[in-house]
Amino acid sequence: MSSDIDEAEEAVRVRFIVNGSKVTCAVAPRDTLVDCLRNSLELTGTHAGCEMGACGACLVQLDGRAVHACLMFAVQADGARVDTIEGLSESGAIADLQAEFHRRNALQCGFCTPGMLINAHELLARVAEPSREAIRDALSGNFCRCTGYEAIIDAIAAVAEARVDRAAQEREAASR
Amino acid sequence: MKARAFSYFRAGTIEEALDTHARAGDDARFIAGGQSLVPALALRLQAPRLLIDINHIDDLRGVRCEGEWLRIGALTRHCEMLTEPLITEFAPLLRAAAPFVAHPAIRNRGTLGGSVALADPASEFPAMMLALDAEIEIAGASGRRRVRADDFFVDLFETAVGPGELVTAIFVPLFRSNQRVCFDELARRRGDYALVGCGMLATCKDGVIEAIRMAFFSVGNVPTRARTAEAVLSGVRIDAERIATAQAALDGDLAPPESDEVPPAMRLHLARVLLGRMLGRLGEAA
Ligand SMILES: Cc1cc2nc3c(=O)[nH]c(=O)nc-3n(C[C@H](O)[C@H](O)[C@H](O)COP(=O)(O)OP(=O)(O)OC[C@H]3O[C@@H](n4cnc5c(N)ncnc54)[C@H](O)[C@@H]3O)c2cc1C
Ligand code: FES
Ligand code: FES
Repeated sequence: MSSDIDEAEEAVRVRFIVNGSKVTCAVAPRDTLVDCLRNSLELTGTHAGCEMGACGACLVQLDGRAVHACLMFAVQADGARVDTIEGLSESGAIADLQAEFHRRNALQCGFCTPGMLINAHELLARVAEPSREAIRDALSGNFCRCTGYEAIIDAIAAVAEARVDRAAQEREAASR
Repeated sequence: MKARAFSYFRAGTIEEALDTHARAGDDARFIAGGQSLVPALALRLQAPRLLIDINHIDDLRGVRCEGEWLRIGALTRHCEMLTEPLITEFAPLLRAAAPFVAHPAIRNRGTLGGSVALADPASEFPAMMLALDAEIEIAGASGRRRVRADDFFVDLFETAVGPGELVTAIFVPLFRSNQRVCFDELARRRGDYALVGCGMLATCKDGVIEAIRMAFFSVGNVPTRARTAEAVLSGVRIDAERIATAQAALDGDLAPPESDEVPPAMRLHLARVLLGRMLGRLGEAA
């Protein structure tokens, strides 16, 4: 076996764009993306629960799509754009979702919340006004041990409605 | 738990992936979506020394028509089954099955090639290959070949793909206007693996089923066609009596294995219930 594939058990350099900034870090090939975000980059908003793809606590956006950060290795993200809950919070992209979760008590311990928000963000980007059924379906891979799901679904449905209303008002204002 | 240490290689071409695997031998694994492989590594069910990432091989991507076939690149993600217009038009059974595969974020990464190569008997897409009479293109040391789905699934997690070979594309016969598809499954919870599931493709004329292929999953070591039930339904108009005959025929077609949770008799019962529902719908559409 040639050295390029034999020797790489030690750290390799990964470059990616995390929350809009270019980042370089050294990871072992077996470090998952969630390990790298939390341990190397100290972005601890992305949570590690099951580390098996079952709970949804570790969701991040990879090149704009929600993926489980526990189900890919950090080396695989080399050259990609990663957006975590910190980035989405700071940019204000999910401010309305966060406010509505807060208002409706859609979280208790908050462990599942980053994953819930990232999933909700992706759902609303794809479907403007999803049915409650569709919201449930989209969240079917996100476990919450505290709140139960009703308040979370209420919050997402309310934000969807508010966004649709706001878009309609803006269209009306523009046409006037 | 964490995966055991391994080396990582990002392949740029099919040849590079095959060569690298050949040099590493048994100790290497291809990684596509990683949605099954990464949990297996974390549990240390597998501990290869080398992972060969195939995600950056352009030849494995893309969906296009080639003559009488729809060619779906192995790296096509499950989520693309829901949005790619060519799949909706020419492989509507895959479009129908996709919402039942895992959860949205897993669908964003999991690939058709990975699902078919893994051949989990509880997975939706491998069985759909059988229902569609699809062909699986495999690249290996001696070049490329195409294997019919009927010959592809050998035993539990065992397929016609040899060690170090790569699934490069899936070829599905183009859907025709005189055809109907139907997909359904019974699961405890949406996104969970099915207790039993089925996909069917029927060719119809004036309300009569000329030919039908029905493939069940989660009922044995491999996805399974219900050949006797298919024969019962060929050349007839679907009615209550035919449905009952087809349901009875399943006893000879499916042999669910012993399991603590779901005894074989119960799984067979669920398969009959599912078949009844699906044929009811198909009868209306034919
Ligand atoms: C919580 C959870 C729920 C799930 N639910 C479902 C479900 O309901 N239904 C379902 O079908 N699946 C389900 N899955 C599995 C998921 O759909 C995977 O995407 C799929 O089974 C494997 O595809 P992959 O691309 O991720 O393959 P990987 O995990 O990358 O690889 C799987 C295996 O196939 C091999 N391989 C991959 N691509 C190729 C190729 N082109 N050629 C040769 N070998 C290859 C790999 O070496 C590996 O051995 C679930 C997964 C999780 C984590
Ligand atoms: S930590 Fe990734 S899904 Fe649970
Ligand atoms: S708020 Fe505690 S797990 Fe959801």
